[in-house]
Amino acid sequence: MSTDLPASARPAPVIFYNDPRVRSIAYQVALCAVVAFLVYGAASNAIENLARARIASGFGFWDQIAGFDISQTLIEYSSRGSTYGRAFWVGLLNTLLVAGIGIVFATILGFAIGISRLSSNWLLAKVAGCYVELIRNLPLLLQLLFWYNAVLKTLPDIRDSISIGWGIFLNNRGLFLPTPIFKHGFGGAEIALFVGIAGGVAYRIWARRQQERTGRQAPVLWVTLALVIGLPLATFIVSGAPLSFEFPQAGRFNITGGSEVLPEFVALLFGLSVYTAAFIAEVVRAGILAVSRGQTEAAFSLGLRPGPTLRLIVVPQAMRVIIPPLTSQYLNLTKNSSLAVAIGYPDLVQVFTGTVLNQTGQAVEVVAITMLVYLVISLVTSLLMNVYNSRMALRER
Amino acid sequence: MKRFTTILALLLAVVAQSASAQTLKAVKDRGMLNCGANGSLAGFGLPDAQGKWTGLDVDFCRAIAAAVLNDAEKVKYVPLSAKDRFTALQSGEVDVLARNTTWTSSRDTSLGLNFTGVNYYDGQGFMVRKSLKVNSALELNGASVCVQQGTTTELNLADYFGANKMQLKTVTFASSNEAVKAYDAGRCDAYTTDASALYAERLRVATPDDHIILPEIISKEPLGPAVRHGDDQWFDIVKWTLFAMMNAEELNISTKNLDEALKSTNPEIKRFVGTEGNFGEQLGLTKEWAVRIVKQVGNYGESFERNVGLGSPLKIERGLNKLWTKGGIQYAPPIR
Repeated sequence: MSTDLPASARPAPVIFYNDPRVRSIAYQVALCAVVAFLVYGAASNAIENLARARIASGFGFWDQIAGFDISQTLIEYSSRGSTYGRAFWVGLLNTLLVAGIGIVFATILGFAIGISRLSSNWLLAKVAGCYVELIRNLPLLLQLLFWYNAVLKTLPDIRDSISIGWGIFLNNRGLFLPTPIFKHGFGGAEIALFVGIAGGVAYRIWARRQQERTGRQAPVLWVTLALVIGLPLATFIVSGAPLSFEFPQAGRFNITGGSEVLPEFVALLFGLSVYTAAFIAEVVRAGILAVSRGQTEAAFSLGLRPGPTLRLIVVPQAMRVIIPPLTSQYLNLTKNSSLAVAIGYPDLVQVFTGTVLNQTGQAVEVVAITMLVYLVISLVTSLLMNVYNSRMALRER
Repeated sequence: MKRFTTILALLLAVVAQSASAQTLKAVKDRGMLNCGANGSLAGFGLPDAQGKWTGLDVDFCRAIAAAVLNDAEKVKYVPLSAKDRFTALQSGEVDVLARNTTWTSSRDTSLGLNFTGVNYYDGQGFMVRKSLKVNSALELNGASVCVQQGTTTELNLADYFGANKMQLKTVTFASSNEAVKAYDAGRCDAYTTDASALYAERLRVATPDDHIILPEIISKEPLGPAVRHGDDQWFDIVKWTLFAMMNAEELNISTKNLDEALKSTNPEIKRFVGTEGNFGEQLGLTKEWAVRIVKQVGNYGESFERNVGLGSPLKIERGLNKLWTKGGIQYAPPIR
């Protein structure tokens, strides 16, 4: 049986410029050409202008001696011996430090407040509501300046340091802690810590399987704590406590020795965590409200208490709604850390786009590198969150 | 992100700037001089409550406007932080940078600037609390020092402590406001910047009498105005504006006796006021260019006394900034 139409009844072939496929390709090629031309024009104009003004260009500055000091360095750095490149890494690590710890704090605080806002306890819910409305409606820069001045103004002068005991001092120069010095034989405790963590993970898997098989719950928390903390501690004591501390000493001007937590760091960490937590709280609240009320009722009717209901039934389902907006809050926190410049915390923007740019005058290179770095940090964060999201996604069984 | 966007905007300006480098024409067409100024340093550049700017550097911009536009008021002041100032000049956002800027070789070459002279010979000093009982900068071993970012001060500080084998904790701030506030709150033992600015900043702390300025001057800080590379005519105009102010003082021409100077028969004064020769035209201006500067702004000495000298709240001795004829090192080439 043939269904072919006679040749005369076929629609006439479309002229190529009316073909939607050809057209869309043509538009896209044209758009790409325009963008490429603009980029080329801007780049060549910039190069020409820089050359005419005889402004240095290129990346030769990377290996030159920096010559300035930085107040917080996670890696070895000195003004006389380190290069601009080294200063870049110092700044980057400081950014990552405050962003990393900030994300953890903001997540914990944000979840606590988001859940509190839905609490049946009237006072708790209202306090959480006020927190969110107050914090997220004030500019972050203002909040950072507030925290910084709060830290500086409320803490005593260095000569009247608050001594907390154990060699810990607190004053407006920061928090001074004893530095642990690991002696020979401390390795045993480290190994025990890893064994403990591995054991904890294994025990959790076993406990879960057992619960699925028999319905009996195992004391996961206590066993994990015993493995992760108790085991290394026991090993540490058995091996003769091979650890000593370098205590902070009051000098003429400053406290020397020991480790130091800068007030700038504390203010920035506090400001970023508190601010981002308000947004995360709303994300969490939205996520929880997105889980049908029937799920909770079903859990209650099975005899689950409110705690396990939240933990086992509601939150895992809410996470599917929470994770994508949570990712953007993490990215915001990382990018907002560049406001560090206002309160003297040496992050990437302060050190690199600030001092290095000013000393070398090479704005184009320095700003390009900085943008690239923030882009990479953001893309890596998104990637990790997307992997996590796909693991949490609804799987049909 | 605010600073970041500022820099980004300036950067786009670098990229988009047209090939023309005719600053004089641009200023005349605009009818306004864009002057990169300090904005928060008494004596050098600071707007008052009515928005009227005063200062040694501000006077310098007014002098350029008087010479070029015949109106010292036609200046738009762009307050710049130490950190962003060079990018603003490079990108063409300002025509001249008069912001107590130290003349150094790298700034003069690889940053693409041309310094036009020195309008204040300065040096870096330290301010500390009296209660610390410190009498010399050499006793500051182990101290925390607050400093403004993007300055030669930041570098000299590291050099000085390194050379004297002293320990140092630097706390760096983007603006001098923040740095002084933090010092006043006790975050640092000492605050360091150019000595002239220390006198101004001391007036801003809560109780100025509790603070002293240490005697050591640890660096050379020749402060001067700068322009962009690539426009020699504009470079000449800015340079000779400064020389005209100094020459006026040397020739004893001031706002008070300008009328007499116009009638003078002294050939040096005649060349200065333009009754002889065409030195103004050679610059691309008119004959009376120098008269306009003195009439509307005054000579260098008048500007100095009014802004930073004994006639001002800062009360700084002229010292090195006296004319060479009076034991200082301010020396301007002759107009001829």
